[in-house]
Amino acid sequence: MANLAQAIRLALHYGEENLGVTDIFGEDVGPPLGGVFTATQGLKTTWNTPLDERGIIGTALGIAYAGGRPVAEIQFCDYVFNCIDLLKLCGNAHWSSAGEYNVPMVVMTPVGSGIHGSIYHSHSFESIASHIPGWKIVMPSNPLDAYGLMLAALKEPNPVMYLAPKALLRVKGEELIPGEPADEKTLNQMINAPLGDRSGWAPNWPKVEDFTVPLGKAKVCREGQRATVISYGRTLPLCVTAADELRKEGLDFDVIDLRTLYPLDMATLQGSLRKTGRVLIVNEDTEVTNFGEHVLRRLIDTCFYDLEAAPVLLAGADVPGVGLAWELERASVPQQPDILAAMRKLASEKA
Amino acid sequence: MNMPRTAKDKAAKLAPELKLRIHDHMVQARLTEELLIRLVRGGQGYFWIGAPGEEALGVPLGLLIDKGEGPDHDYLHLHYRSSPTVLTMGAQPIDLLRQMRSTATDPYSRGRNFVNHFAIKAWNIVPVTPTIETQYTVGPGTAWVQKRHGGTGISIITGGDAGTAEGDFATCLNWSTRPGHELPVLILIAHNGYGISTRAAETQASPHLHERAGPFGMRHGEVDGNDPEACYFALQAAIDYIRKERKPFCLQANVSRLYGHSSSSGAQLIKDERDCLVEYEARLEKEGLLSKDAAEAVHERWRAHLKEAYQQVLQEPMPDSADIWKHIFAPAQEV
Ligand SMILES: Cc1ncc(C[n+]2csc(CCOP(=O)(O)OP(=O)(O)O)c2C)c(N)n1
Repeated sequence: MANLAQAIRLALHYGEENLGVTDIFGEDVGPPLGGVFTATQGLKTTWNTPLDERGIIGTALGIAYAGGRPVAEIQFCDYVFNCIDLLKLCGNAHWSSAGEYNVPMVVMTPVGSGIHGSIYHSHSFESIASHIPGWKIVMPSNPLDAYGLMLAALKEPNPVMYLAPKALLRVKGEELIPGEPADEKTLNQMINAPLGDRSGWAPNWPKVEDFTVPLGKAKVCREGQRATVISYGRTLPLCVTAADELRKEGLDFDVIDLRTLYPLDMATLQGSLRKTGRVLIVNEDTEVTNFGEHVLRRLIDTCFYDLEAAPVLLAGADVPGVGLAWELERASVPQQPDILAAMRKLASEKA
Repeated sequence: MNMPRTAKDKAAKLAPELKLRIHDHMVQARLTEELLIRLVRGGQGYFWIGAPGEEALGVPLGLLIDKGEGPDHDYLHLHYRSSPTVLTMGAQPIDLLRQMRSTATDPYSRGRNFVNHFAIKAWNIVPVTPTIETQYTVGPGTAWVQKRHGGTGISIITGGDAGTAEGDFATCLNWSTRPGHELPVLILIAHNGYGISTRAAETQASPHLHERAGPFGMRHGEVDGNDPEACYFALQAAIDYIRKERKPFCLQANVSRLYGHSSSSGAQLIKDERDCLVEYEARLEKEGLLSKDAAEAVHERWRAHLKEAYQQVLQEPMPDSADIWKHIFAPAQEV
């Protein structure tokens, strides 16, 4: 089974071969490294850029204007903050030119905590990203979705922000990517660059196939009656584990993986909330002006009278950074026990 | 100075027809901008920013562009003082009046953006943005595609002097000169001596901003931006070099700012700035190419043209409020 970083690599390879991808670029994205998380190893259109995030985003926009199909990587989302105005320009080029230009580009960047990254390798970006109109925003939580969402992004005529949860990049999938060899060792031998000198190495790509996870389509990972849990990225598998645990106590949950944050799959969310009457949203971005607040507001707009209990947002502490010591990181972003406790509490709240 | 040789070639001369054509385009651009200023003063638009005083630079640039769509042709990453270039390329003055009045017929933004914020895909003019200097990060992207594609198309990036303080200017110098991947980029600095109100001398140690290109191994030069013929030769030399060598060039033109920064600062005529149009008309008269009467006839022709265009625009509808929801996303394509 491919891990999430390998799934991205396979998707980009599919994109190079079949979807017209012309440039995959960013800091250390090309050989010899192939990305600090190895997501771009062995690909044929990769190149290394100057250490200049504004140059990376601007150049991607230019490549898209000139008919290319760029995938730009920002090494960590923690370093994209100096590009907000350029991201706005990418997002508004179609609108401001009244449809004259469109911008088919993908920006991918690792997000979130979970690798002991301390203050500047643990940021979340979805709340700010969702405030930049004109972008579609995705965040996979498993390798198959990572593959399918990347293919969807590469087929989009609009800018797509591809947020990759750092903590899950090494996590293997439970479902095979179409065309992926079943044996993990075989896959590693085919597509992982060797340690040490790589100058003579070339990947032996498996014949991966077309598989798209449509943008704007959430996934119901667990079904239940008691309450709805909405999450994405690193916290999604924690919610699933908690739901499996609580099922043993007779508490069953809908657990929904948003997968696409913009546009939101409101139909799936509303359908679940109308069934359960209770909702918990879990993410790890700081809790003030958090993307989960937006999801809650939209649900309250349409499902207020379906609620049986106060809706809940479990998010990161509103502190300036994620501290390095485990005691600090643990206290800053939701962990398994926090999620379990929040789900149990919501399920047992009086109607 | 590091200019390619043809620019220094004093014997080089423009054909009389070309001189008259340059003059005609200069008048067209000047009178269009002056009408735009009158419109904003008369409440027929919300904001004006434009190029009066930069015609001697913008018109020759417009004449030298390889106009068309796609990487075989030039890409234009323009700032908001580019009307002389775009009008010379064949844009119609009426379309600038439309954008000034924010009508539904404004072809560049359908009432969404300020005047002089062009977006013309058929001519590779990418959307002009009001964010200073951001175009300097985008230009290397189109040039990268052009370099890979082959051919002679180049990417032209224009901006002011104050904006070169932004890191985006350095981004462009760096990304255009990566060893082995030099890009066909023309960086064109229109130095009018000011930001909005801040004098260049207050914030910049050297008035020769193009010299910043030197340490990047980029060729560069400086030209009198009030002399259309000097600009024509300097641009021609720079552009020829970029087309042929597939390497970047940084050209600084020292220009005038005839009506101040924008309508926010009053847009009044500033008398002590050099006026490139007045100077060029005197020169053409001295050369026996254009009498005072003939020059006046050119002005009169454009005045009449603009008057008619203005009457037409007054009849045209404003956008519908529901239009805000259009063009947020491009529709999905079959892949
Ligand atoms: C990034 C950014 N900062 C500030 C402004 C506000 N602003 C608009 S024009 C301008 C001065 C620009 O001066 P210069 O680059 O010399 O160009 P000029 O307008 O003089 O041609 C400023 C500060 C802006 N539009 N964008």
